[in-house]
Amino acid sequence: MVFEYAPAPESTKIVNLKSNYDLFIGGKFVKSKSGSNYKTINPATEEVLAEIIEASQKDVDEAVKSARKAFKSWSKLSGSERGKYLYRIARIIQERSRELAVLESMNNGKPIRESRDIDIPLVAAHFFHYAGWADKLDYAGLGKNPQALGVAGQIIPWNFPLLMLSWKIAPALAAGNTVVLKPAETTPLTALLFAEICQQAELPDGVVNIITGAGQTGQYLVNHSDIDKLAFTGSTEVGRLIAQSVSGTNKKVTLELGGKAANIVFDDAAMDQAVEGVVNGIFFNQGHVCCAGSRLLLQESISDDFLNLLYERMKTLRLGDPLDKNTDVGAINSASQLAKIKELSESGKSEGAQMWSAPCEIPNKGFWFAPTVFTNVSLSHRIAREEIFGPVLSVLTFRTPDEAIEKANNTPFGLSAGIWTEKGSRILEVAHKLRAGVIWANTFNKFDPTSPFGGYKESGYGREGGRHGLEAYLKAGK
Amino acid sequence: MSNLDVKRTAKLFIGGAFPRSESGRTYEIFDKNKKFVANVALASRKDARDCVVAARSAFTKWSEATAYNRAQVMYRVSEIMQGRREQFIEELSYWTKSKKEAEKEVDEAINRMVWFAGWSDKLAMVTGSNNPVAGSFFNFSVPEPTGVVATIAPEKSPLLGLVETIASAIVSGNSVIVIASETQPLAAVSLAEVLATSDVPAGVVNILTGSYKEIAPWLASHQDVNALDLTGVDKKSIAQELENQAAINLKRVLRPNTKLDGLTRIKTFLETKTVWHPRGF
Repeated sequence: MVFEYAPAPESTKIVNLKSNYDLFIGGKFVKSKSGSNYKTINPATEEVLAEIIEASQKDVDEAVKSARKAFKSWSKLSGSERGKYLYRIARIIQERSRELAVLESMNNGKPIRESRDIDIPLVAAHFFHYAGWADKLDYAGLGKNPQALGVAGQIIPWNFPLLMLSWKIAPALAAGNTVVLKPAETTPLTALLFAEICQQAELPDGVVNIITGAGQTGQYLVNHSDIDKLAFTGSTEVGRLIAQSVSGTNKKVTLELGGKAANIVFDDAAMDQAVEGVVNGIFFNQGHVCCAGSRLLLQESISDDFLNLLYERMKTLRLGDPLDKNTDVGAINSASQLAKIKELSESGKSEGAQMWSAPCEIPNKGFWFAPTVFTNVSLSHRIAREEIFGPVLSVLTFRTPDEAIEKANNTPFGLSAGIWTEKGSRILEVAHKLRAGVIWANTFNKFDPTSPFGGYKESGYGREGGRHGLEAYLKAGK
Repeated sequence: MSNLDVKRTAKLFIGGAFPRSESGRTYEIFDKNKKFVANVALASRKDARDCVVAARSAFTKWSEATAYNRAQVMYRVSEIMQGRREQFIEELSYWTKSKKEAEKEVDEAINRMVWFAGWSDKLAMVTGSNNPVAGSFFNFSVPEPTGVVATIAPEKSPLLGLVETIASAIVSGNSVIVIASETQPLAAVSLAEVLATSDVPAGVVNILTGSYKEIAPWLASHQDVNALDLTGVDKKSIAQELENQAAINLKRVLRPNTKLDGLTRIKTFLETKTVWHPRGF
């Protein structure tokens, strides 16, 4: 007997949305000097949530000035005092975690199960981890008395809005930098709530500045002459432009860009676990994950059996209301992202791959894409080479471990990869030979503030997380 | 009885061989008194591209050699350099103010090679980590070489600067293409001969002589080069243009005039790989 799920929506009452939000500069919410407004929506319903400012060049300049001013005192504050502010922030995030999780799911479209159990706890953990680093900078790996870089410009994506904010802000502040952060155009709300948290924590004015807007605002920030450090997470295309814009300057840069990760399943893998891992690898957060396991590499001898198990498992995925506690797959973040996923899927079909989608009901309103698998994929297909950034899995096969490694590495990206096998020596050898920054063996899509994250090749440079992530915000002392 | 000197032809060093420039070109070099010293190969775009092919094919084996082995090979380089000490001094003396200055540079260069060699099997200890993640996982981070590194060696430190740029890249398993000092390339030509006789696998180090202004743009924009070391670039506008080109495939770039200690220099050409595995019975 199969039981139907009853709706179990999380209440949105906990969130107090304002009708419009100002910029957060110098510790206060301030009106824009000249920017225009735009509306931010809930991608699952297309309802308008609030009006947001598209920050102008003048606004960006104000924010950088405010960060520069705050840098003088913040960088001189003792590490232990800086750490205590970060601990405060971590605690307030824990206390307000439900509110943040609900707001994240409303603005981003991700299932509440993920925002509640993964995103927000990791956000608090990041602040907690880096809080403890603030008075231990001598052990960051740059020798005694390392120095903060100055003002950091930080631009983050829409797939993990608050988590990416924490990856950026926590290490920057611990090291003594001040920041101007621009959240993604479509997901500004939790960053603005974070601004309130900074006020609540009595963080000194100007240490954190949040400016909202789209690509143009980001460009103003990248090109601002008084920025010492840029940290960007987003597409490889934009990362390249940033790398070009900073050429000839003294700006330090870390880039966390796209990926096309191989998830390799060997014939001796624990099949059910591997199926779960593959599902989590590509359908977690609707596949809006730079490190998603978007290329499944199956050993030929198990390919048919594995795909049958995968299809059976995918039939049970529940797509729908992100705020429903039973939802596995939420909404696609925006109309334009949905269009991109559809366009690439069409290319998969027209290039000769076979498409299979999980049979789920698609809601009438909002942006949705059913979990999808492509078979008969060849390495030259666009769906095997380009980042789709959606719930679309491309399946390739291999016969020998060497062939698997060859295919896995045959991409300009190098962010992550997965290995599924019960043989320890094989795990270590394959992990050694894969040219990627994060290797998950018999697991996938795991994150932790102590664990360095970042890519090889065109997936960017620099690491976030752990001691390595701290180093990216410091320079050697004199 | 008279005995005519047999003079050395200064050639390139690509994939373990000593070819002339594919272009057939050479250029003249002059000492500090503007006196003719030698004809040197003037490398071309094709030579640079040949270097990339050689460096890429050497990368896998060199990066997978044990750290102990890489250390021994590099220490061996310093041994052979020591044996050639007098030759290096003579070659540097064309441009140094005194012989003493040349001696100092050669001795420092040999010491530097020894110092870098010793880092090979310490890097993972010092830059790697075991990460205490909040869960039942074993999680560790290790340094790995970034791949093929293209380097513009300093113009005014033709041996020590050259050794520094080469050694800091290859110690972790990278392979390099280095453009030697344009006006003082003799020590680089001799270092190539040292490398060829000291167990450094062919293609791990490739040395070009000529004009970096001509060759470097081809390397900066090459899709199969992973990192670009601009140490020897003495013109700001050129450095900017090369960095701009390097963004094509997001090369790791070391800007000129960057003050670095040796370890930080090594780290510039390292990736960090983090591996997760669950714990359990």
